[in-house]
Amino acid sequence: MGYFLIRRTVGFVLTLLAVSVVVFAVMNVLPGDPALTILGLDATEDALDALREQLGLNQPLLTRYFLWIWNAVQGDFGISHSFRVPVSTLIGERLPMTISLAVAGMFFTLIIALTLGIGAAARHRKFGDWGVMLISQLGIAIPAFWLSILLVMLFAVKLRWLPPGGFAGWSDPVAAMRSLILPTISLALVQSAVLARVTRSSALEVMRQDFVRTARASGLSRRRVLWRHVLPNALVPIVTIVGMQFAALVTGTIVIENVFYLPGLGRLIFQSIANRDLPTVQALVMLFAAIVVTANFIVDLLYVVIDPRLKARA
Amino acid sequence: MNRRLPTNLVIGAVLVALVVGVAALSLVWTPHDPTLMNIRGKFADPSEAHWLGTDQLGRDVVSQLMAAARNSMTVALVAVLLGGSIGVALGLFASAVGGWVEDGVMRLADLGFAFPALLFAIMLAAVFGPSLSNAVLAIAFINIPIFARVTRGSANQIWTLDYVSASRAAGMNKFVISRDHILPNIAAAIIVQATIEFAVAILAEAALSYLGLGAQPPASSWGRMLSEAQTLMYLAPQLAIYPGLCIITAVLGFGLLGDGLRDISDPRLSRQR
Repeated sequence: MGYFLIRRTVGFVLTLLAVSVVVFAVMNVLPGDPALTILGLDATEDALDALREQLGLNQPLLTRYFLWIWNAVQGDFGISHSFRVPVSTLIGERLPMTISLAVAGMFFTLIIALTLGIGAAARHRKFGDWGVMLISQLGIAIPAFWLSILLVMLFAVKLRWLPPGGFAGWSDPVAAMRSLILPTISLALVQSAVLARVTRSSALEVMRQDFVRTARASGLSRRRVLWRHVLPNALVPIVTIVGMQFAALVTGTIVIENVFYLPGLGRLIFQSIANRDLPTVQALVMLFAAIVVTANFIVDLLYVVIDPRLKARA
Repeated sequence: MNRRLPTNLVIGAVLVALVVGVAALSLVWTPHDPTLMNIRGKFADPSEAHWLGTDQLGRDVVSQLMAAARNSMTVALVAVLLGGSIGVALGLFASAVGGWVEDGVMRLADLGFAFPALLFAIMLAAVFGPSLSNAVLAIAFINIPIFARVTRGSANQIWTLDYVSASRAAGMNKFVISRDHILPNIAAAIIVQATIEFAVAILAEAALSYLGLGAQPPASSWGRMLSEAQTLMYLAPQLAIYPGLCIITAVLGFGLLGDGLRDISDPRLSRQR
């Protein structure tokens, strides 16, 4: 176990470093003068020089890279050019929104997908099964942002039950929750379409095995066998997809925050692009990529918890 | 081979033929010029002249949807071809050379999975400004590791076959074997993957254009039509319906076609589904 942990952790750190090189390279090595990009073509030479100095553009690339990493590890992502505050402060303010969306989205994805997937497997080749498969096929093809628009048209414009977008802050928790209902549902419905299919096929695979028949024969109820015996044994492929989906969910929040005008990291990244605020974009892209890599790392560790047999092979 | 064709293959093929047909038709004919504005005729109801009415600038909706289909197909085709050929080349190379080179290439491919298309497009947009070509590049980029993995996995299986060993023993160059023997034998797997990635690319283009990182005005795009329609939900909700239906039709079509092709090329995989 110790060897496995060390190997995985080293791999994880190396991947993070490699990701940081890619982000830094795309944002800095590609042709173009960041100072000019930020200030625009009509900037004076003095202003450009001052900004180059502030961004450290006069130093060699390698020095800049290591300075960026060194500072980032200590939580310093530089100063946002457009907001004129440290990027870390901006991230701190907006992270709770994005995390709440992603976690709530994942929670509902799991509930919807496991219920539908196990339910479909239990009714294999019957009407309910076909229904779930049809819905999930459609769910995979629906863009999350279009589903959001449709939900807004129904629940905000037509029925007026929920706000169409925007966020007034956490001070009024009820209003805050109401603003997050539609975004969360949009995220969860699309993601659960994929997960429901995987759950179904994984559960079908397990249901064919002898111990399931034995469990049924020994008098356990159908429901108990499904949830206590089939599901735990069907978890490995499900967890793989959940890990990939958490990554999709986090980038999904970028889209959804922009659909619903929610003040999270995804909205910040687009404001920063519009403001040509390169240090902020660089920090945020790195943060999102790091979240994706971390999710995969956690899945790798979870495998061993779920299925100890994998430890030997790892 | 007297089996019935799988249902998903048939439905997928019909939907794909519909979308590709409309896209091809738009090259030579649309009911109106999709970019032609007519402010006085804005928000027109469906009529004989405008089958689905007009938008906030009086542009014909059907013509725009058709032009958008063409743009969407072009983006997906270029992105999948570009990313796919690089990925296939990398996968073949890794599989042929083996050893630490293979490990290295596959590690690099793993790295690509850390960057969803959206993140890559965001980086390119921040440096170069948003454009359709940046969106194509971003979508192509995420296809590289996917195709590298599929190609290397399938190629490794072929390398173990007797006739490949025979070619090796006869002194054939590894890269010539890759081209003449490996590639034709894994073509089916690659085509299946390409069809599925085509669906993913259509979805990605729509999302990027919706967010303003893809097609720029006046180019027509389903994603951009939706972002414009979103601001007009109270006035003209129907404008937010049609482009979404087009996206679903295209994505569903290529997705089902890909699933169906996989079912006939490798029946073992389909039994569970």
